[in-house]
Amino acid sequence: MSDVSVDRIAGAAPRLPLRGGTVGAFKLGRLIPWLVLVIALGTWWFTGDTPEDILTYQEDIVYLGGQHIVLVAYAGGLALVTGIPAGIILSRPVFRRAAELVLQVFNLGSTIPTLAIIALCMTVLGIGTMPAVFGLWMATLLPIVRNTYAGLRNVPKMLIEAAQGMGMTPRQIFWRVEFPNALFVIFGGIRTALSICVGTAPLAFLIGAGGLGELIFTGIALDELPMLLAGIIPTALLAVLTDFVVGLLQYWLVPKGINPLR
Amino acid sequence: MIRLENLTKVFGMPGSGITAVDRVSFDLPAGEICVLLGPSGCGKTTTMKMINRLIEPTSGKIFIDGKDVTHIDPIQLRRSIGYVIQQIGLFPNKTVADNICVVPDLLGWDRRKSRARAAELLEMVGLQPDLFMKRYPKELSGGQQQRVGVLRALAADPPVMLMDEPFGAIDPINREVIQDEFLRMQKTLRKTVIFVSHDLDEAVKMADKIAIFRAGRLEQFASPEHLLSNPATPFIDTFLGSDRSLKLLRLVQVADAMLTAAIVRPGDPVARARELMHNNGQPAIVMLNGEGRPSGIVAASRINGQESAGRGSTAEGRCREVAEPVRVTVPVKADLRSAVALMFTHDMPVIPCVDEDGKLQGVLTYRSIVKSLANSKIAA
Repeated sequence: MSDVSVDRIAGAAPRLPLRGGTVGAFKLGRLIPWLVLVIALGTWWFTGDTPEDILTYQEDIVYLGGQHIVLVAYAGGLALVTGIPAGIILSRPVFRRAAELVLQVFNLGSTIPTLAIIALCMTVLGIGTMPAVFGLWMATLLPIVRNTYAGLRNVPKMLIEAAQGMGMTPRQIFWRVEFPNALFVIFGGIRTALSICVGTAPLAFLIGAGGLGELIFTGIALDELPMLLAGIIPTALLAVLTDFVVGLLQYWLVPKGINPLR
Repeated sequence: MIRLENLTKVFGMPGSGITAVDRVSFDLPAGEICVLLGPSGCGKTTTMKMINRLIEPTSGKIFIDGKDVTHIDPIQLRRSIGYVIQQIGLFPNKTVADNICVVPDLLGWDRRKSRARAAELLEMVGLQPDLFMKRYPKELSGGQQQRVGVLRALAADPPVMLMDEPFGAIDPINREVIQDEFLRMQKTLRKTVIFVSHDLDEAVKMADKIAIFRAGRLEQFASPEHLLSNPATPFIDTFLGSDRSLKLLRLVQVADAMLTAAIVRPGDPVARARELMHNNGQPAIVMLNGEGRPSGIVAASRINGQESAGRGSTAEGRCREVAEPVRVTVPVKADLRSAVALMFTHDMPVIPCVDEDGKLQGVLTYRSIVKSLANSKIAA
């Protein structure tokens, strides 16, 4: 799972030509949960395990799935309420010089495997939900900050100049011009980030925060394929569902004039 | 209306910085278009941006309607001045209607009033409101975007407009159309306009006053006629180019340069035509039909040629027998430049000038054109 999420960070394409390139890269990233799902279903088909074998874990799936969702909701929510403001602040002219440096540090941070981050969190913060949420938050934060920053920086200068010349205050320029025009790219970051978050959350089991990782890692340890699949398939489904929901929000919330999807 | 007094802008440290605008002063009366003209980097855009305080002057003063702009809150000031930039800068996230209504919305106009205003403006430039109000900028052609860009500046009906190469990013044919459109609107709107351009032809066409800049200094501030006929410095002379008298042609109407036509009727003897040519020194005489429209040209070369060919006594012939057909006429409202172009392309030493009904009003000859150019020099 952690390999998958590293791939997806690479696919997030931070250097943004506003339209085509980004969309293409995100499409690639979006395929991955589907691929996992297809492979998992394929394995299931070939090994001849019946749905009943998997459904014996139904209670576990529901309980651990709930934990999984809670973990993702906390970490993702935290990443949203911190990442977007951070990206906005970095994109302000005052911080323009510091911004590149900060983003480089973020980039370096993203090369640390998520498993290592989770382990570090455990050594510092102990075990349980809180350190797991903290680790997931760190893994989720980067695409949101980066896309918010890049989206805002890529708003054409002439729009800001026109807005200034017509007498908008800096606040009005931000809310009426910059933010709406960056929204599509920001949403792209959120989509990637939340998919990563769902895909990384199984690692939380390793530091005692539960989640669908419990079925996956135990399944591996016991060489129990149905148990493994009972963890993998819901995880992949969750990732696909998250992406779908955020995609819908992106479709409807980004103004029509700048939404390549509409 | 707009008065600049020793306006100066130094970028960087005073003393060691780059002087972008150097002690520029001029006074533009209300309702006139002033084109700031000059090579790139000459300070024309900087000068314009100081007027709505996008750039703060280092020293000097700007008065709009007698009020010092530094005493007006920049946000309020900018909302009271129309602003058009070269790249148009329509907001892609807003519809055409919302784009046009940006300033009215900032000023807190009633929504119904502002949208009605947008519809009225769209109508003015021939864009159907019900078709275009709800469109997004990306769904418009370049020319349509440019028009909406100008309408957006006009929306709150500001008395003053700043336009930074507003028609620069558009093909020459559409540019002419939009320029004409703007001039037509300007006739009724009477805005006071500061218009930045590097295109001399555009300047001559649009301007009531041209301000020529060079390295931050104002070289000359004058009407286009005056500028073309009396360039103040050798730099301006070079900048205007060796064909500046041709540019001047554009500013003179045919009606002001044409001569009273001497005419013949189809039944008149050729001798009469020759006599008229001899008397007023014209190389050809226009032949009129019964309705007062030109029906032929009796050219001196033709009559003389026939005589030397020994075809007998053409002096006794009738004009209709020697007249050539009228290849082209020019409307009296056209400018001299198009008249000259017609004279060259159709090889006509005399061109009949007609009114809207096609009735003859006068004639243009090469000599009359030269004379009217000389006159406009004296007048300027």
